[in-house]
Amino acid sequence: MAADMRLAAARKRAPGSLVSQDESKHLVAPGDVITTDTGFMRGHGTYTEDEKLMASVAGEVERVNKLICVRPLKTRFNGEVGDVVVGRITEVQQKRWKVETNSRLDSVLLLSSVNLPGGELRRRSSEDELAMRDYLQEGDLISAEVQSVFADGALSLHTCSLKYGKLGQGVLVQVSPSLVKRRKTHFHNLLCGASIILGNNGYVWIYPTPAQQDEEAGGFFTSTEPVPLCDREVISRLQNCILALSAHKVLLYDTSVLYCYESSLAHQIKDTLKPEVMEEIVMETRQRLVEQEG
Amino acid sequence: MAAVQMSEAEKVYIMHGVQDDLRVDGRGCDDYRHMEIETDVVSNTSGSARVKLGLTDILVGVKAEMGRPKLEKPFEGCLEFFVDCSANATPEFEGRGGEDLGTEIANTLYRVFDNGCSIDLKTLCICPMEHCWTLYVDVLLLQCDGNLFDAISVAIKAALFNTRIPKVQMIEDEEGTKEIELSDDPYDCMRLDVENVPCIVTLCKIGHRHVVDATLQEKACSMASLLVAVTKKGTITCVRKVGGGSLDPESVFEMIETGKRVGKALHTPLQEILRKEESLGKKRRKVGFLG
Repeated sequence: MAADMRLAAARKRAPGSLVSQDESKHLVAPGDVITTDTGFMRGHGTYTEDEKLMASVAGEVERVNKLICVRPLKTRFNGEVGDVVVGRITEVQQKRWKVETNSRLDSVLLLSSVNLPGGELRRRSSEDELAMRDYLQEGDLISAEVQSVFADGALSLHTCSLKYGKLGQGVLVQVSPSLVKRRKTHFHNLLCGASIILGNNGYVWIYPTPAQQDEEAGGFFTSTEPVPLCDREVISRLQNCILALSAHKVLLYDTSVLYCYESSLAHQIKDTLKPEVMEEIVMETRQRLVEQEG
Repeated sequence: MAAVQMSEAEKVYIMHGVQDDLRVDGRGCDDYRHMEIETDVVSNTSGSARVKLGLTDILVGVKAEMGRPKLEKPFEGCLEFFVDCSANATPEFEGRGGEDLGTEIANTLYRVFDNGCSIDLKTLCICPMEHCWTLYVDVLLLQCDGNLFDAISVAIKAALFNTRIPKVQMIEDEEGTKEIELSDDPYDCMRLDVENVPCIVTLCKIGHRHVVDATLQEKACSMASLLVAVTKKGTITCVRKVGGGSLDPESVFEMIETGKRVGKALHTPLQEILRKEESLGKKRRKVGFLG
């Protein structure tokens, strides 16, 4: 019960030996010169000044043949078609919802792109339009897929599959979008007893594994049954693990999250919030990931 | 304060968790997040402190200036509070947006310290009715992650502990004119006794239970909170209710009891940390803002 107080300590550098890499990454800060060779095409995150190619964001330099671009570490979500996102409804407009997905513009979820309850396929009528707020209100969380990208860069989402839809009870963790690894699937039922959705936009949703797969189409029904204590402990531990991994800039995918969870079992859940415990857990996770790759 | 939007299901999850004494990050209802404290971060103040509680970041600077004592208290110095909500914390604080919250916090601080025993203001008197030390306590909100009052009160206590007021002497001439003489040694200073400075504990009522050190998400689920300012000995200097909801008398009594217990437990580790930091002396590596 005693409050944990400590003196401020400087951040420590991660030991370079643990990071597995073939050649050293070319990391740049804004204003750094990438190259003086004029034969390259410049991509995102670069600009030219006096025949030199300079970086405008802080990140890693990527080179594809003649194209040079800089991929920043901390950025807004740049959506591609097919990305899985977790978003929050900010506005209910005529025939569409505005969804906040940590990108530069609010994404759009059209009424025609959602599943109606009952799984019926029919034209959306004016009654559906008036009942929009019954389906999704301001503040609700949804999981969706990016259908297309508008000309101004806004994303158009859809929930036309049974696995997408309104999210029920659980915990949302916000991390940087560049830390979520692109994989074949972003919905995982972890062995430790909880389920997780790793949104490409950096929003990670942790929730108790549903007891049986619901037949409800569209997923607009959310239960308010209390979640059992054992599930809650798993969810809290996972949340702290994800925060620890993101604080130490480790890529998030199902294996890294699971390894981190297993390393954290040695400590109490509330101790995993302390910086030194976070560091220990992440070091162990990194080691196991390196062993697994090697 | 910056409010975070949440869905109904998330709020239900948080409320059920609080009933079971297991909050979202694994803490119990009486646990604080870990706090980082550093004093003497601003060089041109008499004393300063920076406190980080989770993501909440508070910077307090104390400046001692000479002024006239108040007419109704001629033998005492004064304590003035000013709270600045910087736009760094949220875009809502841009321009004059943070003024309301700032004045609310400053008024609460005046109430908390407005008693004879928190700070002995008589030690700040130089010459009764003519000169006294006025301590201007400036609080800067750098980042907002819930539980502002607790972090601010801990930072103020640390900054007051760190405050060094130069020793002055009143010298009277043969003609009767009084002069103030400052001692030649710049390190010859007077320190304040912060034994009885209270710490504020915020208790948020969520469902049927109350929690200490609520995050922004937990704050969004609670309708009413109680602020209790507690000294090391367990004396309560101020009780204030914030929020739009109502509290019935039994829960108020329970919350005050919890506040007293948790508040008393805050002071001991804080004193230890401050003494440890001071004992490091010149060897201490200052972390500051770029650490």
